Amino acid sequence: MADPRDEPSDGAPSQGAVATEAPPPVVPEQGAPPPPTGVLGLLVREQSIVVPIVAVVAALAIGAALIRAQGVNPTYAYQSLFSYSFGTADGLQATFEKMVPLILCGLAVVIPLRVGLFNIGAQGQLMSGAICAAAAAHSVREAPGFLVAVIAMVAGILGGAMWASIAGALKASRGVHEVISTIMLNSIAAGLIDYLVNGPLKDPTSAYPASYPAPDAAKLTPLGFIPIGLPIALVLAILVAWMLRRTTLGFQFETIGRNRHAASYAGIRLGGMIVLAMAVAGGLAGLAGSVEYLEIDPYRYQDGIAGSLGFDGITIALLARSSPLGTIPAAMLVGALRAGSSTLMFNTGIQPEIVDMLLAITLLLVSLPIIAKLIFRRHTAKSSALASSWGS
Amino acid sequence: MSQQETERPRQQDERLLDIAGLSKSYGTVRANRDISLHVRRGEIVALLGENGAGKSTLVKQIFGLAKPDEGTITIKGDASPVKDPRDAIRRGIGMVHQHFQLVPVMTVAENMILGHETTKGGRLDIDGARAMVRELSKKHGLAVDPDAEVEDLPVGTQQRVEILKALSRKVDLLILDEPTAVLTPQETDELLSVMKELAAAGTSIVFITHKLREVLAVSDRVYVLRQGAVVGEVATADTDARGLATMMVGRDVVLRVDKDEAKPAHEVLSIKDLVVLDDRHLRAVDGFSLDVRAGEIVGVAGVEGNGQRELVEAIAGMRPPQSGSIDLLGKDITKANPRDTHVAGIGHIPEDRERHGLVASYSLADNLVLNRFAEKPFCNGFVRDFDEVRQNAEALFTEFDIRAPGVQTPAGALSGGNKQKVVVAREMSFGPKLLMAAQPTRGVDVGSIEFIHRRIVAARDEGAAVLLVSAELDEVLSLADRIAVIHGGKVVAELPGKDADRTEIGRLMAGDQ
Repeated sequence: MADPRDEPSDGAPSQGAVATEAPPPVVPEQGAPPPPTGVLGLLVREQSIVVPIVAVVAALAIGAALIRAQGVNPTYAYQSLFSYSFGTADGLQATFEKMVPLILCGLAVVIPLRVGLFNIGAQGQLMSGAICAAAAAHSVREAPGFLVAVIAMVAGILGGAMWASIAGALKASRGVHEVISTIMLNSIAAGLIDYLVNGPLKDPTSAYPASYPAPDAAKLTPLGFIPIGLPIALVLAILVAWMLRRTTLGFQFETIGRNRHAASYAGIRLGGMIVLAMAVAGGLAGLAGSVEYLEIDPYRYQDGIAGSLGFDGITIALLARSSPLGTIPAAMLVGALRAGSSTLMFNTGIQPEIVDMLLAITLLLVSLPIIAKLIFRRHTAKSSALASSWGS
Repeated sequence: MSQQETERPRQQDERLLDIAGLSKSYGTVRANRDISLHVRRGEIVALLGENGAGKSTLVKQIFGLAKPDEGTITIKGDASPVKDPRDAIRRGIGMVHQHFQLVPVMTVAENMILGHETTKGGRLDIDGARAMVRELSKKHGLAVDPDAEVEDLPVGTQQRVEILKALSRKVDLLILDEPTAVLTPQETDELLSVMKELAAAGTSIVFITHKLREVLAVSDRVYVLRQGAVVGEVATADTDARGLATMMVGRDVVLRVDKDEAKPAHEVLSIKDLVVLDDRHLRAVDGFSLDVRAGEIVGVAGVEGNGQRELVEAIAGMRPPQSGSIDLLGKDITKANPRDTHVAGIGHIPEDRERHGLVASYSLADNLVLNRFAEKPFCNGFVRDFDEVRQNAEALFTEFDIRAPGVQTPAGALSGGNKQKVVVAREMSFGPKLLMAAQPTRGVDVGSIEFIHRRIVAARDEGAAVLLVSAELDEVLSLADRIAVIHGGKVVAELPGKDADRTEIGRLMAGDQ
């Protein structure tokens, strides 16, 4: 009871509060600071939305200064970027196409975060998924196109799930930290795939190392400007949100993430759940890889197919504050920035790397609890809950 | 200012410490409100109060670890604010924290001078430190080997090192924050006599506790705190345990549990030659055998660290035993996992409710189904049924007197006693065959203790077998129908609970045969 952790509850009325002889007036309900009203109250209540928005706005402001420093009007620059991404059919399709793997990779980071794991390996899982999809599609290339596409996607899910399970199993059995193992597995995946596309899976007709292309009939052609992958990704985001919130599986994941000692006491099998969570995450990243393969020109596995999608997934998960549905707007923002970056260069001469800088600044800001503290100082019961929640 | 040679010399007039109108808030929680108290030279003052009464907050301000919002702390006539612990030490205040502030890998002498090292010719004056330890321990009758490494010392001795360290800085006022929480009954008695000697030599002591027996044994005066305020000040000679307990909770508390004669029936739990390793791979439980029958409470009494934790974890399926067997109702559960033992009918009130018993950020409703979320009626197949979860919580709120704003309140926002009631409610509500209660009232206020004790007896009367593991001898004595004394990981004696002798059990707990 002399433990400093008990401090905030000192003097609380709830215990044995049978005040027969009157001690001084009773404190209001415990842990409930008087709720601020008006605009500030709104900000406090909705801080999980407000913090990312503030981070994005601040990043755009810093970006504006950088753009200005290169002698370009920032308003014009942002205008040309976003008016392409959202204002033209081509741009919108490009934004949506980028969104698909971004949502899936975001989910691949969100789920482990809920279990208390930081999955840095969406990149490797996506690549594993893509190469498995390519291999599977090539081996069943004679089958009807629809079937080939489904088989390729299933293979991609399994490939990513398997790759992520390695990190999960290492964590569960040997306690290997998942940040280390997933980073390592990213490099191992890159090396292995490099061998495959230079050897067994190389398309001899290709001038550079690449897998065989997807059969024409299996390619996912967009419906108007909506790529097929988009509804799949949106449905999966909703499913993951439902799973985490409503199902016994989600409860087990959450319990482990919040207090793994209590989870183990409550009979939850930590090892199995950790492997399962990583497998589900890897499966989503792997699906992203197979969709890239089936949906995006040149429809083959080649170097750079993954871009930085897996790492963007981390930005998205943190921007979404670990909310599965939050990955959708976050992915839309990142997708729009990426889709519009070449127009930005065409119109203003600013290098597309400005987008990487904007994302990096956003990530930095959203990860720092400082912003939250500046805004919500004195108005939050627990500022620590605002800090990004990975690790333990 | 004349030194009277009475049994305990004190100068009635000189107020070493004088606190006036002290208030301190954390956020909107008023941890201390308008506290006024004083301590005279050579006096032992007990601060008594249940959890969260504000005792620790109060002494933290005296020692400069927290700043008061209002009020003054006057030390030897000097009312300037206590800036920090260094300032407090300079002004003659010493504090022994509940969690020791010693470096385990250093020797006693090294720990002693840590923070104000003296040097001789540019080198650490370790010989001087050794001599100082010897001199101080001789002067105060606190035997300690200056060259022993702290991590090898028993807890009671580590505490002596802490006290000596405080004394080495020439303290006038020594603050002891729950000093007996970690001690054996014998060590506690030793500490109490040391405290008396120190006071006789003129050192004032402020002593935080919630154990009435110790207050009555050692203190001159008692301040009772409740909800952050002083609700009573009384000379110890003018009160008794019941009077103090009443002041603490604001009503009469039944200190002894009223219970009928046990009617033991069939055997429920049978443990044979159990060996369980601890985290360091040592045999913490070493050939433990015990039977528990339906309708009886078997209390395992022992000094902490004699294998109780490992025993409980092994029965609950959280720690696989090395050898031996555990049977529940004739079924072998030696290799069962926590899920299996729960299904088999074991309700387990874990020793550490913050770590194992609760998920602080979950709602009370979720915590009340923490190990049953995947059972009917709390789910339909894969999907959880939140209506049932809420109804379950609402029913248990009433039945177990859980005081919280609502079933969706996060568990972490509750006081210790209410948190424990949540755990107790969960583990009793599914009708366990064996109720295993480890330290069920640790860090719980007196009112909740009474309630939990009554519920444990009620579970017994409804036919459950109860295994009670507690470091509080008083708890075992008042609840158990049969007492098994554990020492060195095995049962060294089994006695009937009725008329068990406190000193006899204390002696057995300490390992004296």
